[in-house]
Amino acid sequence: MHSFRGFLLKEFYHIFRDRRTAAILFGMPLIQLLLFGFAIRNEIQEVNLGIYDQSHDAVTREITDKFASSGYFVMRQELHSTAEIEHAFAEGSIAEAIVFEPDFAAKMIREGRATVQVLTDGSNPNVSKIITGYAASVLQDYRNTAFGAAEVGVEAVPLMMFNPELKSVNLFVPGLMALILMLVSALMTSISITREKESGTMEVLLVSSLRPVEIIIGKVVPYFLLSFVNVVTVVALASFVFGVPCRGSVTLLMLESLLFIVTALSLGIFISTITSSQQVAMMISLAGLLLPTILLSGFIFPVASMPLPLRMISNFIPAKWYLIIVRGIMLKGTSFGYIWKETLVHGVMTTVLMVASIKKFKTRL
Amino acid sequence: MKDAVLIAGVGKRFGAVQALQWVTLSVGEGELFGFIGADGAGKTTLFRILVTLLLPDEGRAEVLGLDVVRFYRDIRKRIGYMPGKFSLYPDLSVEENLRFFASVFGTTVEKNYELIRDIYSQLEPFKTRRAGKLSGGMKQKLALSCALVHRPEVLFLDEPTTGVDAVSRKEFWQMLGRLREQGMTILVSTPYMDEAVLCDRIAFMQEGRMLALDTPSGITKLFQKPLFAIRARETWRLLCALRASPHAASVYAFGSALHYTDNRLSLRADELLAALQADGFTDVSVSVIQPGIEDTFIALMEEKQGSCL
Amino acid sequence: MSEPVIHTDKLTKRFGDFVVVDALSLTISGGEIFGFLGANGAGKTTAIRMLTGLLIPTSGTASVAGFDLYTGAEGVKLNIGYMSQRFSLYDDLTVRENIRFFAGIYGLNNQAIKEKSRQLLESLKLLEVADTRLASLPLGWKQKLAFSVAILHEPKIVFLDEPTGGVDPVTRRRFWDMIYEASERGLTIFVTTHYMDEAEYCDRLCIMVDGKVAALDRPEAMKRHFGVESMNEVFIQLARPNKME
Repeated sequence: MHSFRGFLLKEFYHIFRDRRTAAILFGMPLIQLLLFGFAIRNEIQEVNLGIYDQSHDAVTREITDKFASSGYFVMRQELHSTAEIEHAFAEGSIAEAIVFEPDFAAKMIREGRATVQVLTDGSNPNVSKIITGYAASVLQDYRNTAFGAAEVGVEAVPLMMFNPELKSVNLFVPGLMALILMLVSALMTSISITREKESGTMEVLLVSSLRPVEIIIGKVVPYFLLSFVNVVTVVALASFVFGVPCRGSVTLLMLESLLFIVTALSLGIFISTITSSQQVAMMISLAGLLLPTILLSGFIFPVASMPLPLRMISNFIPAKWYLIIVRGIMLKGTSFGYIWKETLVHGVMTTVLMVASIKKFKTRL
Repeated sequence: MKDAVLIAGVGKRFGAVQALQWVTLSVGEGELFGFIGADGAGKTTLFRILVTLLLPDEGRAEVLGLDVVRFYRDIRKRIGYMPGKFSLYPDLSVEENLRFFASVFGTTVEKNYELIRDIYSQLEPFKTRRAGKLSGGMKQKLALSCALVHRPEVLFLDEPTTGVDAVSRKEFWQMLGRLREQGMTILVSTPYMDEAVLCDRIAFMQEGRMLALDTPSGITKLFQKPLFAIRARETWRLLCALRASPHAASVYAFGSALHYTDNRLSLRADELLAALQADGFTDVSVSVIQPGIEDTFIALMEEKQGSCL
Repeated sequence: MSEPVIHTDKLTKRFGDFVVVDALSLTISGGEIFGFLGANGAGKTTAIRMLTGLLIPTSGTASVAGFDLYTGAEGVKLNIGYMSQRFSLYDDLTVRENIRFFAGIYGLNNQAIKEKSRQLLESLKLLEVADTRLASLPLGWKQKLAFSVAILHEPKIVFLDEPTGGVDPVTRRRFWDMIYEASERGLTIFVTTHYMDEAEYCDRLCIMVDGKVAALDRPEAMKRHFGVESMNEVFIQLARPNKME
């Protein structure tokens, strides 16, 4: 026990002595959350809008006013010809243009319909799609007020459950937690073990009364605690700064996070048992853990829209299951009854990795 | 005397490289035993087998009467090991390093302070300094303290003096001498021939094989030809001239002199001197000398290479 | 005597308050074998880094191979060779590839590289193993090759930083044969070593203690001065450890 305590103490020295790493470990969750919370979002504000009004009548002016007051758009430019539209797009001064056909109001009254053309810059399809949607909703809004219930037909009224404001930070927080935990737990443990192999200190540790299990646990415990501190920080920040709710049980969220941390740690140990240099460990962790966590877990791209092979691979990515769990608990208020399968997957992954690591961890060189 | 270490026919191969071949020897309790050889001679491999980090492919080895394969756990508790690179944590201070290695073996610095006082007292003024900021000589002393802190029965030091300056080397060997006086068994490896005379017994290692095994004075008896030390101001010209001679058996530079052996076993110093003077070396001096460790090592190396060719 | 290849006057390097090299004044002439000794931390490495144009001195003047260290560092680099115990050649390249690579970084053109490679392989008797990876060659061969590659571009001076560490006694001496031969051809050799017997092979020696020159003379003169038999004793007397940093 005495020797194990000494080992732990040494590990904490390593973590806090290396200022840069310590800063990254504790600062990263903060910075990432702020980045995702403030800077990187799906919703787009202040779309630069140009209007080419060939009619200049009461109706077009009313619609234009609706655009201006919608909150999404900024009136950037009055346009006077098709050529001017093209020029404005090329210049980048507008992101979207609205074109009213001539005699708009007259047509509307005479034929019951008039055409509005919505032009967007398609070079970024995602943005383009979103702002087209905004324009459509402004137009729909006008139609509703102008014609009211007179318009007959079926209309779909979408309601986004669990995230009615469609805040992207709600979507990112769970992904971010997965990312940070992977980084701190898996990457840092694998690097810290391989560093000892590189420096030759592992040789001395092996030739001591420490058992391999003690070495592994000694390496894992500090990062376990650190990761947990990070989870709490992220959840607290997300809730206090961005108002991300935690609708389910906080205790359950923490327990699930602890399990995920253990999964990530066992991955880190496993990586360190199959590599002998810090460089290789880092490459494997980055390419093999972080990229899939970002790309294949459903963090950014939905798993459902992936081709079948990728969907199958995503099943082996612990973060995918963690995302389902966290989104469930935080946003939907899901109870354990609905996420036990995902939890079980983590449990199995952890057990397999731990057993493999302990088997592979050599008591010799 | 009981054997502290027993090595019987140990061999080890890494892929195509035969790192060790049929090494057999024993080290008695309380002995200071040196493995002398260059890089790649197999010293490190042998040490790693003895400290239970590698498994031998052939043969068997025992440390403190325990088989290195079967009883590795018991052996690990009773030996001290200092690998080739001084394995310290550069981000931990001198004192923290020592305390850590003490705790790893379930002991404390205070319990065994007597044993390391001699060495560690020189480091104490710097105990708060990070190990990474120490000079080579100080790192070496700290690594030795760390290897000793749990009072091991056998000490394995793999090239403890490589890359360390002559002064630190000298001090280091004085420390080893004092440890031996206290009865500790010490196995040490080194590429420096001049350190061999400080050991009780030595083994010459070359390309995984043992060339010789004896006391330092016993080993130099293997050198049988008469050996001349020749000095002249123009050492390089003298070296070339001697090499060109049809009777030369070997010519090697040793410090400011050349060590020369001749194929004519009856050659006398004055005859050699006269011949050299006739060649135009006016300031030359020739004397017959006792061969040293390095002379013997070179002779054995040549003999082995000669027999291979 | 020919024009000095290295001339330094009060060359000093300071890191913060710490004077690592203190007023180093040296004059080394062409063809000289100059031994540079010192305990760990005596400032040897820093001095070599300055002389090879890798570190800018804090004060003092120096010229190496005819170039000023402050203004002509690029010229210095082109006219010196450098070989250290580690990291001089690539183990995963073949002999020929190593030669080609190093000739290339010294700015030789393709024709010259071909010519040089052929000459070198012949003179070192390495033709048969020209396409073997370096890793599988004996240490002695690698060392010879490393030295030859370091002087491939015909520099005026070559810096050898502990070139014989961990090498067996025969290989070590063969290496010194190469040093002697090169010096006979007029190449200046600047060498550091921990083997005190090798110190005796040098024409002149400089022993550094705590960043200062503690002795600078011919080996015999040093031994006479201290009244001792070997350079080892000279070294130990000079670097006696009243200096635990």
